[in-house]
Amino acid sequence: MSRQIRIAVLVPALGLFGFLLAWALVGLPHFGDYRGPYGYVLDRVVLPERHMTNVVTAVVFDYRGFDTMGEEFILFAAVVGVVLLLRQGGREEPDRLNDSVGSDGVRIGGTLAVGACVLVSLWLISYGFVTPGGGFQGGAALASSVLLVFLVSSHKAWSGVASDRVLDPFEGVGAGGYVVIGLGALIGGLPFLTNVLGPGSVGTLFSGGSAAFVNWSAGMEVAAANLVLFTEFIDEYVVPLAKGDAAG
Amino acid sequence: MSVLPYLVAGWICVIGLYGIVTSKHLIHLALCLTVTQSSTYVLLLAVGYVKGGGPPIFKGVKLGTTAVDPVVQSLTLTDIVVSVTVLALILALALDVHDELDTMDPDKIVELQG
Repeated sequence: MSRQIRIAVLVPALGLFGFLLAWALVGLPHFGDYRGPYGYVLDRVVLPERHMTNVVTAVVFDYRGFDTMGEEFILFAAVVGVVLLLRQGGREEPDRLNDSVGSDGVRIGGTLAVGACVLVSLWLISYGFVTPGGGFQGGAALASSVLLVFLVSSHKAWSGVASDRVLDPFEGVGAGGYVVIGLGALIGGLPFLTNVLGPGSVGTLFSGGSAAFVNWSAGMEVAAANLVLFTEFIDEYVVPLAKGDAAG
Repeated sequence: MSVLPYLVAGWICVIGLYGIVTSKHLIHLALCLTVTQSSTYVLLLAVGYVKGGGPPIFKGVKLGTTAVDPVVQSLTLTDIVVSVTVLALILALALDVHDELDTMDPDKIVELQG
Protein backbone atom coordinates (compact mmCIF):
# COMPACT_ATOMS: atom_id res chain seq x y z
CA MET A 1 0.00 0.00 0.00
CA SER A 2 1.49 3.31 -0.98
CA ARG A 3 1.84 6.15 1.46
CA GLN A 4 -0.85 8.29 -0.20
CA ILE A 5 -3.45 5.51 -0.16
CA ARG A 6 -2.60 4.72 3.45
CA ILE A 7 -3.15 8.30 4.57
CA ALA A 8 -6.33 8.55 2.48
CA VAL A 9 -7.70 5.48 4.27
CA LEU A 10 -6.39 6.65 7.64
CA VAL A 11 -8.05 10.05 7.83
CA PRO A 12 -11.70 8.90 7.64
CA ALA A 13 -10.99 5.85 9.78
CA LEU A 14 -9.33 7.94 12.46
CA GLY A 15 -12.14 10.50 12.26
CA LEU A 16 -14.74 7.78 12.85
CA PHE A 17 -12.69 6.21 15.65
CA GLY A 18 -12.15 9.61 17.27
CA PHE A 19 -15.88 10.34 17.08
CA LEU A 20 -16.85 7.02 18.68
CA LEU A 21 -14.17 7.44 21.34
CA ALA A 22 -15.33 10.97 22.19
CA TRP A 23 -18.94 9.76 22.28
CA ALA A 24 -18.04 6.99 24.73
CA LEU A 25 -15.90 9.26 26.89
CA VAL A 26 -18.57 11.97 27.14
CA GLY A 27 -20.91 9.28 28.52
CA LEU A 28 -18.65 8.70 31.54
CA PRO A 29 -19.58 10.21 34.91
CA HIS A 30 -18.53 13.86 34.85
CA PHE A 31 -14.96 14.73 35.82
CA GLY A 32 -14.64 14.59 39.61
CA ASP A 33 -18.05 12.97 40.10
CA TYR A 34 -17.11 9.29 39.95
CA ARG A 35 -17.04 7.56 43.32
CA GLY A 36 -15.22 4.27 42.82
CA PRO A 37 -16.33 2.05 45.72
CA TYR A 38 -12.91 0.37 46.10
CA GLY A 39 -11.00 3.61 46.21
CA TYR A 40 -13.46 5.08 48.71
CA VAL A 41 -13.12 2.09 51.02
CA LEU A 42 -9.32 1.80 50.65
CA ASP A 43 -8.80 5.48 51.48
CA ARG A 44 -10.44 4.75 54.84
CA VAL A 45 -9.27 1.25 55.80
CA VAL A 46 -5.61 1.18 54.74
CA LEU A 47 -4.25 3.21 57.64
CA PRO A 48 -6.05 1.31 60.45
CA GLU A 49 -5.61 -2.08 58.73
CA ARG A 50 -2.10 -1.93 57.29
CA HIS A 51 -0.51 1.07 59.06
CA MET A 52 0.68 2.54 55.73
CA THR A 53 0.05 6.21 55.01
CA ASN A 54 0.58 5.96 51.22
CA VAL A 55 -2.52 4.16 49.96
CA VAL A 56 -1.22 3.75 46.39
CA THR A 57 1.86 1.84 47.58
CA ALA A 58 -0.33 -0.22 49.92
CA VAL A 59 -2.50 -1.23 46.94
CA VAL A 60 0.53 -2.06 44.78
CA PHE A 61 2.51 -4.13 47.29
CA ASP A 62 -0.17 -5.46 49.62
CA TYR A 63 -3.75 -5.58 48.34
CA ARG A 64 -2.62 -6.24 44.76
CA GLY A 65 0.76 -7.75 45.72
CA PHE A 66 0.22 -10.87 43.66
CA ASP A 67 -0.51 -8.87 40.50
CA THR A 68 2.58 -6.77 41.11
CA MET A 69 4.65 -9.95 41.13
CA GLY A 70 3.35 -10.64 37.62
CA GLU A 71 4.18 -7.05 36.67
CA GLU A 72 7.73 -7.51 37.92
CA PHE A 73 8.13 -10.58 35.75
CA ILE A 74 6.81 -8.70 32.71
CA LEU A 75 9.77 -6.37 33.21
CA PHE A 76 12.11 -9.32 33.78
CA ALA A 77 10.89 -11.07 30.60
CA ALA A 78 11.27 -7.89 28.56
CA VAL A 79 14.86 -7.43 29.75
CA VAL A 80 15.66 -11.04 28.82
CA GLY A 81 14.04 -10.40 25.43
CA VAL A 82 16.11 -7.28 24.76
CA VAL A 83 19.35 -8.99 25.83
CA LEU A 84 18.57 -11.91 23.48
CA LEU A 85 17.65 -9.63 20.56
CA LEU A 86 20.75 -7.50 20.91
CA ARG A 87 23.23 -10.30 21.51
CA GLN A 88 25.70 -10.72 18.72
CA GLY A 89 27.46 -14.04 18.33
CA GLY A 90 31.22 -13.75 18.43
CA ARG A 91 31.27 -10.00 18.72
CA GLU A 92 34.55 -8.76 20.09
CA GLU A 93 34.52 -6.89 23.39
CA PRO A 94 33.78 -3.26 22.64
CA ASP A 95 36.94 -1.20 22.77
CA ARG A 96 36.81 1.04 25.74
CA LEU A 97 36.35 4.44 24.20
CA ASN A 98 38.42 7.32 25.42
CA ASP A 99 35.39 9.57 25.32
CA SER A 100 35.61 11.18 28.74
CA VAL A 101 33.86 14.51 29.13
CA GLY A 102 36.27 17.41 28.61
CA SER A 103 34.82 19.99 30.96
CA ASP A 104 35.99 19.76 34.56
CA GLY A 105 32.90 21.65 35.74
CA VAL A 106 30.53 19.10 34.16
CA ARG A 107 32.58 16.20 35.52
CA ILE A 108 32.76 17.47 39.10
CA GLY A 109 29.23 18.88 39.29
CA GLY A 110 27.82 15.79 37.59
CA THR A 111 29.65 13.39 39.88
CA LEU A 112 28.30 15.24 42.92
CA ALA A 113 24.83 15.08 41.35
CA VAL A 114 25.13 11.29 41.03
CA GLY A 115 25.51 10.96 44.80
CA ALA A 116 22.62 13.32 45.52
CA CYS A 117 20.34 11.58 43.01
CA VAL A 118 21.18 8.11 44.37
CA LEU A 119 20.32 9.30 47.89
CA VAL A 120 16.99 10.76 46.76
CA SER A 121 16.17 7.50 44.93
CA LEU A 122 16.94 5.36 47.97
CA TRP A 123 14.74 7.67 50.04
CA LEU A 124 11.95 7.29 47.45
CA ILE A 125 12.14 3.50 47.72
CA SER A 126 12.50 3.21 51.47
CA TYR A 127 9.81 5.72 52.45
CA GLY A 128 7.41 4.53 49.74
CA PHE A 129 4.90 3.48 52.39
CA VAL A 130 4.90 6.81 54.16
CA THR A 131 5.29 9.58 51.59
CA PRO A 132 4.99 9.56 47.77
CA GLY A 133 7.31 6.97 46.26
CA GLY A 134 7.76 3.22 46.23
CA GLY A 135 9.86 0.48 44.66
CA PHE A 136 8.94 1.19 41.06
CA GLN A 137 9.36 4.95 41.15
CA GLY A 138 12.51 4.84 43.27
CA GLY A 139 13.98 2.01 41.18
CA ALA A 140 13.52 3.98 37.96
CA ALA A 141 15.06 7.06 39.60
CA LEU A 142 17.99 5.00 40.90
CA ALA A 143 18.71 3.60 37.43
CA SER A 144 18.60 7.11 35.96
CA SER A 145 20.97 8.45 38.61
CA VAL A 146 23.49 5.74 37.78
CA LEU A 147 23.07 6.54 34.07
CA LEU A 148 24.34 10.03 34.96
CA VAL A 149 27.78 8.41 35.37
CA PHE A 150 27.84 7.72 31.62
CA LEU A 151 26.70 11.25 30.80
CA VAL A 152 29.16 13.13 32.99
CA SER A 153 32.28 10.95 32.86
CA SER A 154 33.15 8.24 30.34
CA HIS A 155 32.09 4.89 28.98
CA LYS A 156 34.94 3.35 30.94
CA ALA A 157 33.56 4.62 34.26
CA TRP A 158 30.08 3.56 33.26
CA SER A 159 31.04 0.00 32.36
CA GLY A 160 32.80 -0.27 35.70
CA VAL A 161 29.60 0.64 37.55
CA ALA A 162 27.06 -1.11 35.35
CA SER A 163 28.76 -4.41 34.55
CA ASP A 164 27.00 -7.75 34.28
CA ARG A 165 28.78 -8.93 37.40
CA VAL A 166 27.17 -6.16 39.46
CA LEU A 167 23.76 -6.06 37.79
CA ASP A 168 22.91 -9.75 37.35
CA PRO A 169 22.83 -10.57 41.10
CA PHE A 170 20.63 -7.52 41.77
CA GLU A 171 18.31 -8.46 38.92
CA GLY A 172 18.02 -12.04 40.15
CA VAL A 173 17.67 -11.21 43.85
CA GLY A 174 15.11 -8.49 43.07
CA ALA A 175 12.88 -10.79 41.00
CA GLY A 176 13.45 -13.91 43.13
CA GLY A 177 13.21 -12.10 46.48
CA TYR A 178 9.62 -11.17 45.80
CA VAL A 179 8.68 -14.80 45.20
CA VAL A 180 10.70 -16.02 48.20
CA ILE A 181 8.91 -13.56 50.54
CA GLY A 182 5.60 -14.82 49.16
CA LEU A 183 6.60 -18.47 49.60
CA GLY A 184 7.81 -17.76 53.15
CA ALA A 185 4.20 -17.20 54.16
CA LEU A 186 3.16 -20.44 52.44
CA ILE A 187 5.69 -22.41 54.50
CA GLY A 188 4.05 -21.04 57.64
CA GLY A 189 0.70 -22.39 56.41
CA LEU A 190 -0.61 -18.93 55.44
CA PRO A 191 -1.78 -17.73 52.00
CA PHE A 192 0.90 -16.60 49.51
CA LEU A 193 2.43 -13.16 50.33
CA THR A 194 0.67 -12.87 53.69
CA ASN A 195 2.24 -10.16 55.82
CA VAL A 196 3.90 -12.35 58.46
CA LEU A 197 5.74 -9.53 60.21
CA GLY A 198 2.65 -7.63 61.33
CA PRO A 199 1.71 -4.13 60.22
CA GLY A 200 4.48 -2.26 62.04
CA SER A 201 4.11 1.26 63.40
CA VAL A 202 2.65 4.09 61.33
CA GLY A 203 5.09 6.52 59.68
CA THR A 204 8.24 4.44 60.15
CA LEU A 205 10.39 2.44 57.73
CA PHE A 206 8.78 -0.77 58.97
CA SER A 207 5.19 0.29 58.46
CA GLY A 208 3.83 -2.40 56.17
CA GLY A 209 5.82 -5.27 57.69
CA SER A 210 6.90 -7.80 55.07
CA ALA A 211 5.42 -5.63 52.31
CA ALA A 212 8.36 -3.29 53.01
CA PHE A 213 10.73 -6.07 51.92
CA VAL A 214 8.61 -6.77 48.86
CA ASN A 215 8.95 -3.06 48.09
CA TRP A 216 12.74 -3.25 48.36
CA SER A 217 12.96 -6.31 46.11
CA ALA A 218 10.80 -4.54 43.52
CA GLY A 219 13.01 -1.46 43.74
CA MET A 220 16.12 -3.58 43.24
CA GLU A 221 14.58 -5.42 40.29
CA VAL A 222 13.38 -2.23 38.57
CA ALA A 223 16.73 -0.46 39.02
CA ALA A 224 18.74 -3.47 37.80
CA ALA A 225 16.36 -4.14 34.88
CA ASN A 226 16.59 -0.54 33.69
CA LEU A 227 20.37 -0.54 34.03
CA VAL A 228 20.65 -3.77 32.02
CA LEU A 229 18.56 -2.12 29.29
CA PHE A 230 20.76 1.00 29.35
CA THR A 231 23.91 -1.13 29.18
CA GLU A 232 22.60 -3.08 26.18
CA PHE A 233 21.66 0.05 24.24
CA ILE A 234 24.84 1.92 25.17
CA ASP A 235 26.97 -1.03 24.03
CA GLU A 236 25.13 -0.96 20.68
CA TYR A 237 25.98 2.71 20.41
CA VAL A 238 29.60 2.41 21.46
CA VAL A 239 30.57 -0.51 19.24
CA PRO A 240 29.73 1.07 15.85
CA LEU A 241 31.37 4.28 17.06
CA ALA A 242 34.54 2.41 17.98
CA LYS A 243 34.58 0.64 14.59
CA GLY A 244 34.00 3.93 12.76
CA ASP A 245 36.94 5.46 14.59
CA ALA A 246 39.17 2.53 13.66
CA ALA A 247 38.19 2.80 9.96
CA GLY A 248 38.65 6.57 9.90
CA MET B 1 -16.29 21.81 30.97
CA SER B 2 -16.38 18.69 33.04
CA VAL B 3 -15.55 16.27 30.20
CA LEU B 4 -12.47 18.14 28.99
CA PRO B 5 -9.88 15.79 30.63
CA TYR B 6 -11.54 12.79 28.92
CA LEU B 7 -11.46 14.53 25.56
CA VAL B 8 -7.77 15.37 26.08
CA ALA B 9 -7.15 11.64 26.62
CA GLY B 10 -9.08 10.80 23.45
CA TRP B 11 -7.15 13.41 21.46
CA ILE B 12 -3.77 12.07 22.68
CA CYS B 13 -4.82 8.57 21.63
CA VAL B 14 -5.92 9.65 18.13
CA ILE B 15 -2.91 11.90 17.47
CA GLY B 16 -0.57 9.06 18.51
CA LEU B 17 -2.29 6.66 16.09
CA TYR B 18 -1.95 9.25 13.32
CA GLY B 19 1.77 9.46 14.09
CA ILE B 20 2.16 5.67 13.98
CA VAL B 21 0.53 5.31 10.57
CA THR B 22 2.29 8.25 8.93
CA SER B 23 5.67 7.56 10.55
CA LYS B 24 8.82 7.61 8.42
CA HIS B 25 11.22 6.38 11.08
CA LEU B 26 10.97 3.36 13.37
CA ILE B 27 12.10 5.25 16.49
CA HIS B 28 9.52 7.96 15.78
CA LEU B 29 6.97 5.17 15.40
CA ALA B 30 7.90 3.68 18.78
CA LEU B 31 7.58 7.08 20.45
CA CYS B 32 4.17 7.62 18.83
CA LEU B 33 3.07 4.32 20.34
CA THR B 34 4.05 5.58 23.79
CA VAL B 35 2.08 8.79 23.09
CA THR B 36 -0.99 6.66 22.33
CA GLN B 37 -0.39 4.68 25.50
CA SER B 38 -0.05 7.89 27.52
CA SER B 39 -3.70 8.64 26.78
CA THR B 40 -4.60 5.74 29.07
CA TYR B 41 -2.72 7.41 31.95
CA VAL B 42 -4.65 10.63 31.45
CA LEU B 43 -7.94 8.74 31.22
CA LEU B 44 -7.29 6.59 34.31
CA LEU B 45 -6.21 9.52 36.45
CA ALA B 46 -9.14 11.64 35.20
CA VAL B 47 -11.61 8.89 36.08
CA GLY B 48 -10.16 8.60 39.58
CA TYR B 49 -10.35 12.30 40.36
CA VAL B 50 -12.74 13.24 43.13
CA LYS B 51 -13.87 16.86 43.40
CA GLY B 52 -11.82 18.65 46.06
CA GLY B 53 -9.84 15.49 46.79
CA GLY B 54 -6.22 15.51 47.89
CA PRO B 55 -3.59 12.83 47.21
CA PRO B 56 -4.40 9.42 48.75
CA ILE B 57 -1.55 9.81 51.24
CA PHE B 58 -2.56 10.25 54.87
CA LYS B 59 0.71 11.45 56.31
CA GLY B 60 -0.19 14.48 58.42
CA VAL B 61 -3.72 14.46 57.02
CA LYS B 62 -6.74 13.33 59.01
CA LEU B 63 -8.09 9.92 58.02
CA GLY B 64 -11.36 10.25 56.13
CA THR B 65 -10.31 13.47 54.35
CA THR B 66 -11.57 13.45 50.76
CA ALA B 67 -8.89 11.89 48.58
CA VAL B 68 -8.71 10.76 44.96
CA ASP B 69 -9.06 7.10 43.97
CA PRO B 70 -5.81 5.18 44.73
CA VAL B 71 -6.84 2.11 42.69
CA VAL B 72 -6.61 3.83 39.30
CA GLN B 73 -3.30 5.39 40.36
CA SER B 74 -1.77 1.97 41.00
CA LEU B 75 -3.20 0.76 37.67
CA THR B 76 -1.44 3.71 36.01
CA LEU B 77 1.81 2.53 37.61
CA THR B 78 1.33 -0.91 36.04
CA ASP B 79 0.50 0.79 32.76
CA ILE B 80 3.76 2.77 32.79
CA VAL B 81 5.83 -0.36 33.49
CA VAL B 82 4.20 -2.18 30.56
CA SER B 83 4.80 0.85 28.35
CA VAL B 84 8.51 0.89 29.22
CA THR B 85 8.95 -2.84 28.51
CA VAL B 86 7.15 -2.57 25.16
CA LEU B 87 9.25 0.46 24.20
CA ALA B 88 12.48 -1.37 25.10
CA LEU B 89 11.55 -4.40 23.00
CA ILE B 90 10.48 -2.29 20.01
CA LEU B 91 13.70 -0.25 20.13
CA ALA B 92 15.72 -3.48 20.25
CA LEU B 93 13.83 -4.79 17.21
CA ALA B 94 14.39 -1.45 15.45
CA LEU B 95 18.13 -1.75 16.07
CA ASP B 96 18.10 -5.25 14.57
CA VAL B 97 16.22 -3.94 11.53
CA HIS B 98 18.81 -1.21 11.13
CA ASP B 99 21.67 -3.72 11.34
CA GLU B 100 20.06 -6.07 8.80
CA LEU B 101 18.49 -3.69 6.26
CA ASP B 102 20.35 -0.42 6.83
CA THR B 103 17.12 1.58 6.90
CA MET B 104 14.73 2.90 9.54
CA ASP B 105 11.93 3.90 7.17
CA PRO B 106 8.97 1.48 7.52
CA ASP B 107 8.02 2.15 3.88
CA LYS B 108 11.37 0.80 2.67
CA ILE B 109 11.13 -2.41 4.68
CA VAL B 110 9.58 -4.90 2.26
CA GLU B 111 8.98 -7.40 5.06
CA LEU B 112 6.64 -4.96 6.81
CA GLN B 113 4.40 -4.39 3.79
CA GLY B 114 1.00 -6.05 3.72
